[in-house]
Amino acid sequence: MIIYIVRKILTGVVVFISVTALTFVLFYVRGGEAIARSFLPANASIEQQAGLANSLGLLRPLPVQYLDWLGQVFTGSLGRSFASGQPVLDALSSRIPVTLSLVVVSLLLMIVLAVPMGVSAATRGGILDRGLQLLSVIVQAIPGYWLALILVIVFGLTLRLVPATGYIPITTSFTGWLSTIILPSIAIALGSVAFVATQIRGSMLDVMRADYVRTLRSRGISRRSIVFRHALRNAAPATLTILSLQVIALLGGAIIVERIYALPGLGTISINAGQAGDVPIVLGTVAFMVVVIVIVNLVTDILNGFLNPKARI
Amino acid sequence: MSIDVSTAVSSAPVIKRGIFRQILRNPLAVASSVVLLIVVVVAILQPWIMPFPPQQVTLRLTNAPPFTSHYILGGDKFGRDILSRLIAGTRGAVIAALILASIALAIGVTFGLIAGYFGKIFDSISSWIFAVLIAAPGIIVLIALYTLIDVSTPLAMATLGVLSSPGIFYLVRTLTMTVRNELYVDAARVSGLSNFRIVGRHVLLAIKGPIIILAAFLSGGAIAVSAGLEFLGLGDPKDPTWGGMLNDAFTNYYIASWQLIWPGAALGIATAAFVLLGNAFRDTLEGAFVRPSARARRRQIASLIDETAVAKTLGASATAAALGTSVPDAALLDIEDLQICYAPNNELTTVVDGISLKVSDGEVVGLVGESGSGKTQTVFAALGLLPEQAIVARGSIRLGGVELLGMPEQRISHYRGTTMAYVPQEPLSNLDPSFTIGSQLVEGIRVQTTMSRRDAKQLALSTLARVGIRDPKRTFASYPHEISGGMAQRALIAGAIACKPRLLVADEPTTALDVTVQAEVLDLLRDLQRETGMGVLVVTHNFGVVADLCDRVIVMRTGKIVEEGPVSEVFANPQHEYTRQLLAAVLDETETRERTPRATSVLAS
Repeated sequence: MIIYIVRKILTGVVVFISVTALTFVLFYVRGGEAIARSFLPANASIEQQAGLANSLGLLRPLPVQYLDWLGQVFTGSLGRSFASGQPVLDALSSRIPVTLSLVVVSLLLMIVLAVPMGVSAATRGGILDRGLQLLSVIVQAIPGYWLALILVIVFGLTLRLVPATGYIPITTSFTGWLSTIILPSIAIALGSVAFVATQIRGSMLDVMRADYVRTLRSRGISRRSIVFRHALRNAAPATLTILSLQVIALLGGAIIVERIYALPGLGTISINAGQAGDVPIVLGTVAFMVVVIVIVNLVTDILNGFLNPKARI
Repeated sequence: MSIDVSTAVSSAPVIKRGIFRQILRNPLAVASSVVLLIVVVVAILQPWIMPFPPQQVTLRLTNAPPFTSHYILGGDKFGRDILSRLIAGTRGAVIAALILASIALAIGVTFGLIAGYFGKIFDSISSWIFAVLIAAPGIIVLIALYTLIDVSTPLAMATLGVLSSPGIFYLVRTLTMTVRNELYVDAARVSGLSNFRIVGRHVLLAIKGPIIILAAFLSGGAIAVSAGLEFLGLGDPKDPTWGGMLNDAFTNYYIASWQLIWPGAALGIATAAFVLLGNAFRDTLEGAFVRPSARARRRQIASLIDETAVAKTLGASATAAALGTSVPDAALLDIEDLQICYAPNNELTTVVDGISLKVSDGEVVGLVGESGSGKTQTVFAALGLLPEQAIVARGSIRLGGVELLGMPEQRISHYRGTTMAYVPQEPLSNLDPSFTIGSQLVEGIRVQTTMSRRDAKQLALSTLARVGIRDPKRTFASYPHEISGGMAQRALIAGAIACKPRLLVADEPTTALDVTVQAEVLDLLRDLQRETGMGVLVVTHNFGVVADLCDRVIVMRTGKIVEEGPVSEVFANPQHEYTRQLLAAVLDETETRERTPRATSVLAS
């Protein structure tokens, strides 16, 4: 098991380095002068551009720049903003809780709604099953941000049940935090709920049709134990994998929905930084997201390792 | 955000001929196709059908309500015609869908085919590449592309296509691996067809269905995502786009909230059309399966057959008491005039057609026939373990005089394990892979008895020892994948006999085993039967097994009994032509494989 975990961690590190290296090249390939130009007045001379590029360290070869950045990452820093000189980590640290709140709450919503929906559609059938399949088609056709617009208009602007925009940190007030986070989370989660529930239904049905379920029944084991002990247990690895893939989708959804609710999260900062040409901030955001994705995959792999006796070593 | 469609297609539907004709019968699919056709035509013809240039400003018509001026759908906050901008926006949507879907498919399908077909190094390299791609935070990369590098929308969509390709890669790779191991692909390879032609002709044909479905879902997703990016204000703000219009309308909400309707509707309709089309393809290829409720089943069976069949199939609490009366001195198992049907698409097919059989205490009865003769369905009915689609049309099944048909599941389960028990055919698939052998045995024993956990464990261990497992403690703690097929079958037999049932039903108990292990398992079953004196109903297609174990044999064909009698009589003097054919088949097999000597001696007598 330890070897398995170590191997998964190493894989995660390699993925992190590959993705950040690729994006690094993508962001810096225009050359140092071009990047420096966005921070100088329009009439700045070529010398001024070269001077600024040099002082930002942008005239060194790209691999050297990347290794320098990577070295900083391993010492716990993400460099400094070109625009303000503020450490990137400081700039991001107030934004991260906002985006993470959105992802965590929408993930929880998804689990709380999708798992019972999928399980009952598979075991009860009939109208529940038909309803789920219809719902999954409907929400698949509605983009999350469109739903977000409708929700903010109905609950925020018209009914005024919750604040339409803005963010209250959880440390200030839990209910305040929840009231600012709940609508965007619903908007992000709803599109995925029906999809995930359909997937759970599928894996539950597969397990319920398995030979061993019939054999367990032949020994007098109750339907309750078969559904909740055996079928749920065997459908769990597939469900976990689906949920972990959804986290990536939720992150993307959060970035767009933040804008509608004017939440000061990673999406807002990376759009602003991008428009200002502040590459270190954008790269820092990419690095943070890759870390989240890698950690989610790692946790999924480890949990699946525990769940699947064949992977347990 | 990359578009994840990998899990949207669950299995590998093989495309049938006339699929498009079938699709055309689905009204939803036709409607979606028409909508998409209109969108494409509008996108092509847009310069000629726009009533006004999309950038033309008429200040007088700023926020003009719909249907009040020559701006039919109204004017936006800058005084531009909404209808013209809507029409202009179709082009961006169509191009986004086209670029994203074709790039994602081109990359995903190509690499998926190579990795799945050639395997080895190709597989590991491409799996690595896609593992990296799937971890890239697509939306941030796109935002950076737009803002830092100022790329055009088509290039951004192409990038998103690359980032969406892993889902397709993984699906195509899995499908290709499955098809690659099919016999007909082997045959093509042996006959000297080049790899290129095999992939092009056979593999691609087999995976065409899922790819069409994916293309539809991807295109729908592409429209939604590209509008999302435009909504964020990325891309050229001068271009009229649906996402941009949505943003304009949103910022103008307090003045003219109705402006949200038009771009929202355009976006919703176009996306929904793709999604519905994809779903229609999936339903046609894989079959839309809705698990019917108990009430729907009742109604279906009642309309196809009658109320008695409903009661016999689903159990009827009202008549259960009457049905459950016990007859003294009855046979151990008494099946009478049993008919089992299936009703796919509401057409009745009979698989077991009015058969009657008896098993007495201590008697070993063989039920013989080739696959499809209905023998397995018969024993599943006896155990109350028929697949849920099965319909018991008529007949009676009595266990020790107690009627089982119509008895609620909960009451039947009291008889399972203690009165009747089941040994399945395929040992490994009949053990729950997530639980140890021991915990599965103990769970069964504790349901059937009132034993404590410790006593149940003792009983499980001693039963494992009794069925010939040398190290019971180790097997008890093992997971199914850690033991051999022969061991697994012994463990299943242990699960069946642990609580000393009066009747053991064995469904082809040796078919899936190695020849040497077959003989050992048959010996074990014979010994156990002699030791406990239980009745045994053994299903097989192998007369060798019958000769080895049985007192009496029943021959089934296409759901009917064609011959029955004591084993020696049927072997010496088969009455029915079908029995003779089956016996002849065994004789051939015996000569070539030199089966158990006892079988040949019986045959010779």
